[in-house]
Amino acid sequence: MLVEILLFFCIVVIGTVGELCVTRAMKIIGEMHQFTPAAIVSFIWRAFRVGWMWLGFVMMGVAYFALLGMLSRANVSYVIPITSLSYVVGAIGGRWFLGEAVTRQRWIGVLLVCAGVILVYLGKG
Amino acid sequence: MSVSPKLRFKTYLLISMLIVLGPVGDLLLGKGMRRIGPAADWSAAAILHHGFQILTSPAVCIGTVLLIGFFISYTLVLTWADYSYVQPATALSYGIVALLGRYALGEGVTPLRWGGIAIVCLGVLVIGYTPPRTTVPAVLEAPAEREAETLEPELESVHAR
Repeated sequence: MLVEILLFFCIVVIGTVGELCVTRAMKIIGEMHQFTPAAIVSFIWRAFRVGWMWLGFVMMGVAYFALLGMLSRANVSYVIPITSLSYVVGAIGGRWFLGEAVTRQRWIGVLLVCAGVILVYLGKG
Repeated sequence: MSVSPKLRFKTYLLISMLIVLGPVGDLLLGKGMRRIGPAADWSAAAILHHGFQILTSPAVCIGTVLLIGFFISYTLVLTWADYSYVQPATALSYGIVALLGRYALGEGVTPLRWGGIAIVCLGVLVIGYTPPRTTVPAVLEAPAEREAETLEPELESVHAR
């Protein structure tokens, strides 16, 4: 049970913070306009010069191995819905880290996600 | 001014890839890892053996490639679309994973769990119907839209090649 909580923490919290870091890096780099090989190489080069990108990658790597660990213990139809708790972390992180205004409707969506996760957990069977 | 059709097409194409690559990747990881099972203990030998089993499992490897494809599509779409717009668009994937788990892996899904998954999808959709862009002040909107318009000739030149 403790292992399960720890693994879910890594997947949900560390994974989502990693995504937020990558998002921040991508916003710094800007939109990709051309899809020629040279443009793609230059784009990747610029991406790896942003520190947020590296931090994001490491955190997403940790989340990936935690996901593997969790999937070795439980069914995908149980594990994947629970990872939707990342929307809760996403809303809080978007609010505090990216400065997004989180509307009341969005909080309602977040609460629905939480309610759904509780049912999935109770329905473990 | 509306967003150019090419930009819209590019966005929808990548979001469809997200919805397919994510669930199928998760499914393959689940299939592979369930066969391997948890590590026997935390000794170095057990962890090495476990790592070797994971690296040589075709299902885990293909699933990982698909999830990397998912991550690249996700990263690309985030260079022009908002995180809070893209993330909810993947709401369907929770339902798809559950269906695949049930019918492809034969997992037993209780009615309570189906209900929970449905509410999760609903919650994600409710989040999706909130304004997609909150960080850009009104004065910055016009240049952002001009950028979307100027994208069109560039994309056309790419297609012409």
